[in-house]
Amino acid sequence: MVENNRIGDLLAHLVLILGVAVVVFPVYVAIIASTHPPGTFVRGVMPLLPGPNALENYTTVIVEGRSRAGTPPIGGMLWNSFVMAMAITIGKLSISLLSAFAIVYFRFPLRIFFFWVIFLTLMLPVEVRIVPTFQVVADLKMLNSFAGLSIPLIASATATFLFRQFFMTVPEELMEAARVDGAGPMKFFRDILVPLSITNIAALFVIMFIYGWNQYLWPLLITTDPEYYTIVMGIQRMVTGGDSEPLWHLVMATVVLAALPPILVILFMQRLFVKGLTETEK
Amino acid sequence: MQTKRMTFPGSWLPYALLAPQVAVTLVFFIWPASQALRQSFLRQDIFGLRTDFVWFDNFERLLADPLYLNALKVTVIFSLGTTLLSMSLALLFAVMVNRMIRSRDAYTTLLVWPYAVAPAIAGVLWWFIFNPAIGIAPYVLAGLGHDWNHRSSGTDAMVLVIIAAAWKQISYNFLFFLAGLQSIPQSLIEAAAIDGASRTKRFWTIVFPLLSPVTFFLMVVNVVYAMFDTFGVIHATTEGGPAQATNILVYKVYRDGFVNLDLGSSAAQSVILMAIVVVLTVVQFRYIERRVNY
Amino acid sequence: MASITMENLGKVYAGGVRAVTGVNLDIADGEMIVLVGPSGCGKSTLLRMVAGLETITEGTLRIGDRVVNRLEPAERDIAMVFQNYALYPHMTVYNNLAYGLKNRRMARAEIDRRVTEAAEMLQIGAFLDRKPRQLSGGQRQRVAMGRALVREPAAFLFDEPLSNLDAKLRVQMRVEIRQLQKRLGTTSLYVTHDQLEALTLADRLVVLDGGRIEQIGTPMEVYARPATTFVAGFIGSPAMNMLPAGWLRGVVAADALAHLPAGADLIGLRPEDMSLAPASDGRLTLKARLMLLEPAGAESHLHVKFDGLDDMFVIRLPHVPNVQEGAQLAFSLAREALHPFDAKTGLRL
Repeated sequence: MVENNRIGDLLAHLVLILGVAVVVFPVYVAIIASTHPPGTFVRGVMPLLPGPNALENYTTVIVEGRSRAGTPPIGGMLWNSFVMAMAITIGKLSISLLSAFAIVYFRFPLRIFFFWVIFLTLMLPVEVRIVPTFQVVADLKMLNSFAGLSIPLIASATATFLFRQFFMTVPEELMEAARVDGAGPMKFFRDILVPLSITNIAALFVIMFIYGWNQYLWPLLITTDPEYYTIVMGIQRMVTGGDSEPLWHLVMATVVLAALPPILVILFMQRLFVKGLTETEK
Repeated sequence: MQTKRMTFPGSWLPYALLAPQVAVTLVFFIWPASQALRQSFLRQDIFGLRTDFVWFDNFERLLADPLYLNALKVTVIFSLGTTLLSMSLALLFAVMVNRMIRSRDAYTTLLVWPYAVAPAIAGVLWWFIFNPAIGIAPYVLAGLGHDWNHRSSGTDAMVLVIIAAAWKQISYNFLFFLAGLQSIPQSLIEAAAIDGASRTKRFWTIVFPLLSPVTFFLMVVNVVYAMFDTFGVIHATTEGGPAQATNILVYKVYRDGFVNLDLGSSAAQSVILMAIVVVLTVVQFRYIERRVNY
Repeated sequence: MASITMENLGKVYAGGVRAVTGVNLDIADGEMIVLVGPSGCGKSTLLRMVAGLETITEGTLRIGDRVVNRLEPAERDIAMVFQNYALYPHMTVYNNLAYGLKNRRMARAEIDRRVTEAAEMLQIGAFLDRKPRQLSGGQRQRVAMGRALVREPAAFLFDEPLSNLDAKLRVQMRVEIRQLQKRLGTTSLYVTHDQLEALTLADRLVVLDGGRIEQIGTPMEVYARPATTFVAGFIGSPAMNMLPAGWLRGVVAADALAHLPAGADLIGLRPEDMSLAPASDGRLTLKARLMLLEPAGAESHLHVKFDGLDDMFVIRLPHVPNVQEGAQLAFSLAREALHPFDAKTGLRL
């Protein structure tokens, strides 16, 4: 610090506390709302202090769901989200590791061409080519399946780039030493390259798990069978399903449960998360 | 493009290693994209019996369609609004947190987690807060003399989706601004202080210009986010309404393709969106190249 | 244990850049050969060709009596010590040593025996459970050596293994490497850019420049009779002075240079071959002005200008003389100390 001025610091704290309050407020409101009985939301202003119905509301959404609006119990949707997020994450990591390995450690015809093919995936978010992509998945009979939910999303230019970048910084001599030590390409990959990449893998894991968990449009289109609903899209069904005002106490309980897993991941792996974020985007 | 100085021998292995990635890319990215391109030149009659090749007719219609032009305008307002709001708040927070020593990590933790919240959920949260009947925000605004209703007022609806989209993005921008601030050499700021610049002046003449690469990068990222990743915010809240007031391009592609089943138009819209993405990506990569050369 | 034979070995990169040309070298079983030269001279490329890390584009390479041109590094029965050690950062010291043996499917007990033995020899037994990053530079160097040792290979290849160590440690490790190599009697090929390291380590040293061999010989042969002006300038520090023969003829007695071969237009003179002692029978005298005196404890370097020449030359004395900068001094030297070269070809005459 060039100079310490106490008033300035105080002001900064004030700004930050206000900022944190604004940032936290929506989730606070959600948590509060999820503890109230349904009657609270009929008129007046939403409550800002906890109510008595927490246990009941959460039990309801986890066990019963809202059959009237076609929403299954949340337990199943949470599980679906988890499976989808894990499948996307593991899929992305494995195929990206393999392709980065090929691009960095081999010289072969069409190498640049393949690099650009992968690069293209970065350019085309699923949202912009949603209709034909849906068509492909439908033609492949992958609607209402975990394969359909995850496989189309596992190509990853970002992860491939990050791993490529990282592999380029691995000293040349390690590979040479491994060769002198009698390790072939796949042995080198398994024994040396992957263990060395473990921090990068973990950092990307955090980012991609969140990406996978938060998928919305894709599961919305791919799943018509409630069996495969994911939690994030399920909320939308709860909000818009039926003509009446949403059952806010249940919606908010669901929102809390849906947002919790990725938030926990970030909070517990903050260092990896920051690393993953700032390094993938460089 | 580089490889290692020495590479493994092997003729089929690298292809096998690339196969899964390339297969997924071809089947789910390149093929659909080329289908969109093809479709954008075709039109089906209303019974779906005949398909005609219509050259650029879909594009011409689109660009003459007031609804599409409206969506374009809405997208620009939405993107700029989201970008400005979330970036300015993030910068403010980052500058303040950067002053802190002991409390830095605590504030950072408290500010980063909204990144984990899905856009759709962010939408629902703010929709609830702004609910005209029971929301706390309309209640407060009513006290200030504004009658909030995003179900009838297009402006209110736009403000709502901008707030929801920006809220989620603050943490991302904050982290990058903080990293940028921490990479500014303390000696520069000290030199400016010795030259007699006040704290405010130091910020605008030294710190902010040095942050410009980060700022530029974030602008591109935020525009991309606002244009393409906010489908959930719109879909879970306003569904493009009222009266098209929040019908951004990505949402319109979906509506026209899946609800209105106008495949030709939807495909043409996809093609235009892809072109926008390509331009933004090229801008971003040129910038990265330049930064690497520093 | 094996000999290594290089016949007309050459390397041209895919882009057409030539790195090594026509290298002929026979390394006897148990011999320690040092490849020395400035950076970019092809010495590392040559070593890596022997290792199998660079493809050989010309000539034949034999290890023992096998032609190994096309064999993988692991099949050549060599072990290598890398400049930056190339230790596997995520493995313990033990596993670093054992990795190559495991890949060869050696029995666990035998691996254990070899690792323990090598660790003892190198005094790294206490660190076997540590990761490389927990070790000092010198200890890492020993682990890198250990990894080569456990393999009990036909030949050791060293690629500037000491260049990442500080000066003191470098001297110590140099001695240890030499002792170890003598004790094991393993054929070794050692690359360095440091002429002192080359002189002290080698049975024979090979001076390379521009991808070609300039001279092969024992350290004393190369030092005493450098085959080219390049070798003369590279081996020895401070470097050999190069005097124009024309000038020299003008300042010494007419018959003083009669023993030099005709055509010798460049005369090399080692800095230590001149002294301040007055000229006696048969010695030549050169007059010079002292520009700078660098005392270095046991010896001193005198930077001088000879009358009639603009360049500065260096004279090394085994003591620090009591003279003033700017003084005119007379140096004497033996006729045999003059090294005659052909300036055009750079060859010794």
